Parts: sequence; structure tokens; C-alpha cells
Amino acid sequence: MRVWQFSEMPYTPAWGLDTDSLRVTLPNSNYDPKLGAEIYRRQFENYLLADDLGFDLMSNEHHSTATCLQASTSVILSSLARSTTNARLLSLGNPIANRPDPVRVAEEMAMIDNLSGGRLEVGLIRGTPAELSSVNANPARMVDRFWEAHDLILKAWTSHDGPFNWEGEFFQHRQVNIWPTPFQQPTPPVWVTVGSASTARRVADEGHVIATLLGGYSSRSTFDAYRARTLELGRPYPKSDRFGYLALVSVGATDEAGLERARLMQPHLDVSLLMPQQFLNPPGYAPVEANVAALKRGAKGSLSTHQQVGSGEGKDVMLGKKLPSLASVKRSMDQGLLFAGSPDSVLQQITDFSRAMGGIGHLLMLGHAGYMSFDDVADNIKLFGNEVLPALRELPEVDEAELAAERDELRRTVP
Amino acid sequence: MSLTHEESAASLSVRDIDVHGVTTELYEGGSGTPILYLHAGEGLRPSAPILGLLASAGHLLAPVHPGFGVKPRPPSFSTIGDLAYFYLDLLEQLELDKVAVVAADFGGWIAAELAVRSTARLSHLVLAGPTGIKCGDREDRDIADMFALGRAELIELMYENPAVSQVGESSLREDFDGLSDDALTSIARSRESMAVFGWSPYMHNPRLRQWLHRIDIPTLVLWGARDRFTLPEYGAAFAAAIPAARFEVLEAAGHYPHIEQPERFVEVVANFLEIKSSSVVAGRPS
Repeated sequence: MRVWQFSEMPYTPAWGLDTDSLRVTLPNSNYDPKLGAEIYRRQFENYLLADDLGFDLMSNEHHSTATCLQASTSVILSSLARSTTNARLLSLGNPIANRPDPVRVAEEMAMIDNLSGGRLEVGLIRGTPAELSSVNANPARMVDRFWEAHDLILKAWTSHDGPFNWEGEFFQHRQVNIWPTPFQQPTPPVWVTVGSASTARRVADEGHVIATLLGGYSSRSTFDAYRARTLELGRPYPKSDRFGYLALVSVGATDEAGLERARLMQPHLDVSLLMPQQFLNPPGYAPVEANVAALKRGAKGSLSTHQQVGSGEGKDVMLGKKLPSLASVKRSMDQGLLFAGSPDSVLQQITDFSRAMGGIGHLLMLGHAGYMSFDDVADNIKLFGNEVLPALRELPEVDEAELAAERDELRRTVP
Repeated sequence: MSLTHEESAASLSVRDIDVHGVTTELYEGGSGTPILYLHAGEGLRPSAPILGLLASAGHLLAPVHPGFGVKPRPPSFSTIGDLAYFYLDLLEQLELDKVAVVAADFGGWIAAELAVRSTARLSHLVLAGPTGIKCGDREDRDIADMFALGRAELIELMYENPAVSQVGESSLREDFDGLSDDALTSIARSRESMAVFGWSPYMHNPRLRQWLHRIDIPTLVLWGARDRFTLPEYGAAFAAAIPAARFEVLEAAGHYPHIEQPERFVEVVANFLEIKSSSVVAGRPS
């Protein structure tokens, strides 16, 4: 298993200023550039520490939010491409349904692949509902736009015979001929984040890596949809390197210390999705059928299909005046959103979770979240890097005999 | 209101109509002057008294905009022009002449786009709180951002009487208990389609205002005095761009005068269409 260290780079000084929203509407007067620059400096220090310890590194991007100072995955990764030496670099990812120009995405990713000597992995993602406002992207028909952008990017990377023409429904180009080409040929590895079985099937058609983010145990059905589709296409049973999972990870010298640290991280789940309803479920983001179902469930006027995650521990936690309880930490662990405890416990939890997923090859590790200090993060990364990572890297594929049984079970479900 | 929901719905028939391969629902009732009613962006409210009242004033045709009802939006429909041409085709297919178009909110935008293309089959145009044009500077917002406001804020901006926002197939209800699956589907699909047609540029066509001079039929621009979603000043500017347009304000109404003051609304419309008010009153259950 590969482990990808990641931080959203939260700007926690602004958390709790507004109990309704950390996203879209929180004025940027609450951002102090001197403090922000220091946060970036410490974040990159911890990225470099993780690189030294054998982690791979992940970046994402969010906009108009105090939850994430990674406003451009390209900027973060181009810096990491020059300052790291070993780690593979994952963008997860480029919100291509929101980008007006997919060819630009293809160019930037090709550049970073060259800058890093072929260490880039490119996530192409749809983006969360709150991301639409910052770029004025239409939430309706996003999925169609996503796949057209995907197709255009892949073609831009793999076409080498001079300009090609693209007159699609959403994007128009007459002279696509990118320089540079990707360092890795024919393309860098491609990832797509997935939340539904139908998308998983579509990604299986492409053979890309799929990842679920904080999807908990229900991720299994998403991964199985990918596996079933792969078998349906007559291809070999997909190896674990096709599957990634993002969770919070808190390691301490003892179980108690690991759980205590997790209380600092838990607010990531409690607070960071705070936003007004209309930004959580913009029109067309979720299918009509899902919105009708939500109304019938008694949403009392809410068209939301997104459950607010977190402990529901109330205003003091939201305002950062109080840390979540150990009970809510344990609830997150039960849901598979958080692995926490001593190195041995965390290793066991991750191994068990991977087994429950039918084998995952990538752990996307939120080793920094919530109110952790940078020293906490460094300690967390060191403990994990020294005492958990070596064993995970040697973790074998899920047992072949067991796999055969599951493969047969899946085959039975394939029409 | 003099009509209950049941009475209003009962006076109309509904059928599917296919126009060049696009199928939608058409509510129809009454006789006399043909009235094409183009509903607001929230969707058609089959139980709203306005439909029965208009059917008592003339031959009402109230189609559901493609993409605003139980049927999927036609995949090739993505601009306001698609809806305008759809309705021009519908008038042609039904061989309707001297049609009075009565349109509200987003339906008013469609009606204006339709009329700048052709008024050949039209006699009158009534636009109630239409969106569709840009008046202010680039940093002004003529039309409140419905996608960035919560339900309570929208009710405050759109209604004189907030209680009215909680009846029938209103999209701003707190509680959707008692509505059929079809009604919920229409509400959800309408919301999505408003994004398809009106996300950007937001609820307007930057080119529309310069062509409004082409509307060469008597036009009434009606505005709720308490409309804070689109201010009456916006309505006055809309009317000023249409040569034969009159601007009139309805008291005790917000953005939906056809919902908040349906009787007064139809009375004003009937006067404008020179339909004898006695026939309206006679056709209306007391």
C-alpha cells in the first residue's frame, strides 16, 4: 500500500467566526496574509518531512474558503515538484467541470510531470457543490461537462501529430497541440474521485484509479461496482492499486495519545462543511430523482441530498471553544472515517479496513486536520512514517484464495 | 380567493402535446380569446387559482415549459431561444392566431424572446415581473441571486404575504407534505432547469434589450408594488424599451402578482385585452 500525506491547509484562525459558513460567504478580511504566508511555510516543511520519510504527497484545491488554502493544485504541485526528490505527487484534483479551459489543465499537468521527472499522478474531479460559486460554473450538466473535459485532456496528452480540432458541446478548440507533452508516456496515471456506483462503472471503462473521500464502509459497494464492470469488460480482476481511500489518521505513542490527538482533528468533520444550504445543494448538482427523494424524506424545504457529517456536538464545538468528545472520535472511527491510536493499532485498523474494502492500494492520509499545531502534525507524520508506513508498504495483495471467492461472487452479479 | 384548488384544476383538461419531437403537458380550458400562459421559473402550479380565472376570461392554454415538469428536459434545449422557438412552433402547430400571451417571471423572459422573433400570431403581450434584460452597471444586480439566497430570504424578497408562499405547488414551502410525486418532480426539475437556462449570464440575455423595439403589439408590463426580487424600476425600464408598452403596478403583491392577487391580476389583464369584465365575472364561481 502507498500512503499519500495530505493537508487541506486549513486557515483555522477564521474558524468559528461565523457558525453558518466557512465557505463562499466568509469575507476574506478574516485572512491575515502574514499569518497565511507562515501557514504555507510550515505546510511545505511538513510536506518535505513526509517526503524524507517515504510518503507520497497529495494536493487538492478549494476556493473561497477558510477550510483550505490550496486554491490551486497546480501551484502547490509545481512547487513540490522542485523541492521534493522521492515522493510521487498526486493532484486530487483538478476540478475540470469548473475549469473553462481543459487544454490549460492538460498543459499545466504536463509541465509538472516534466518538472518532477515523471512523479505526477493526475486526479480529475467533479468538485464539491461549494466550488461552483467561486468560478460561476453551472451546477447543471456538470457530469456531461466533466466527461467532455476528461476526453479533451486525454486527447491533448496523447496526440502528437500536430493540431487537432475539438468542437464539443461545452469546449471548442481549433488548434490543440500542447507543449510540453507529459514526461510519463502515454499519460501520467489518472485518478477520479467517485461517490456512486454508476460513476465507478464509467471510470472502470477507462481503467483509471478510483478513490473515495471519507466514504466510510459504504465505499465497498463503489469499489465493487468498478470491479464488476472490469470483469464485465473481460479484463483481469483489478489489483488493489486501482483503489484509493481518504481518511483522517492520528497516531500517538499510545492509544490514549492517538485518540487525544484525534480530538483536534475531528473538527474537520464537524466544522469544515459548514455552509448555507443553497451552496450545499445547488440546482442540478444532484439528480432530480435524488432531490425528489430528499423532499419526500421530509427535508422540510431543504433540497439537500448531502448529509452533514460530524458529531453534531453543538455550537461550542462549531465555534472552536470546545473540542469534540472522545465518543465522537470513536464514532468517526466506527464509520471508517478516522484511524487513530498507537502505531500498532493504526496499522491494524488500516489493514482491517483495506480487507473490508476487498483490498485498497492507496491510503490518502489526512495527517493534518482541524486544530493540530504544526508540531503535532510533524509528530504524527514521524510516528506514522517510522512505525506504520514500512509495514503498510509491504502489505500483500488480499489473499488470493479469498479473492477467488469474491471474484466468483461478483461474477454471479454480472449480467 | 374565490376558487379552491380542486375547482381550479377541475375546470381544466390536461394532455400531452408533441411539438416537433418535444413532448410537454398542456393545461387547457375556457373559450374565446386564446390566452397562452407562460408560467414562472418555479414551475407551473396546477392548483393555482390563476389558471381557472384565466380560463374564465378566454381560451386558456397553459403549457409546462419543456424541462419544468415530469418529463425530462430535451437534451438539446439549453438556451432561452430554444424555449422561444418551441412556443412559436406550438402556436403554429395549433394554428392559433391573435393570441394574448400572459407570462410571469421567467415565463416573461421567454415571452419577450418569442415576441422579438415574431408577433405574427400574437395580439397582446402581458409581462408580469419578467426577467431577461440587463439594466444596471456591471456591479449592479438587477435580479436577486436566487441561487445564493436561502428560502427565508427569497420569501422575503418575493412575497408581500409570506403565507402565500406556503400553499399549492410553491417551490418555497417549508413542508412538502401532501404534494404528489409529479408535483415534487416538477419543482425539483424546474429548479435544475432554471440553472440550465439562467445560470450565466444570470437570468438575462445581454442582447435582448436592444431588440425589444421589435415588439409591435400592445404590451402591458405588470409589477407587484412590493416586489423586491426584481424592483419596479426594473419593470419600468423593461416597459420603456417596448414601443407600445404600458407599465402598471399592482398593490399588495410581490414578485408573483398572479399568485398573490389572482383576481385583480385577471381583471387588469381582461381590461387590457378588452374582454368584457362581465363575462369574466359570469364565468367565475362566486
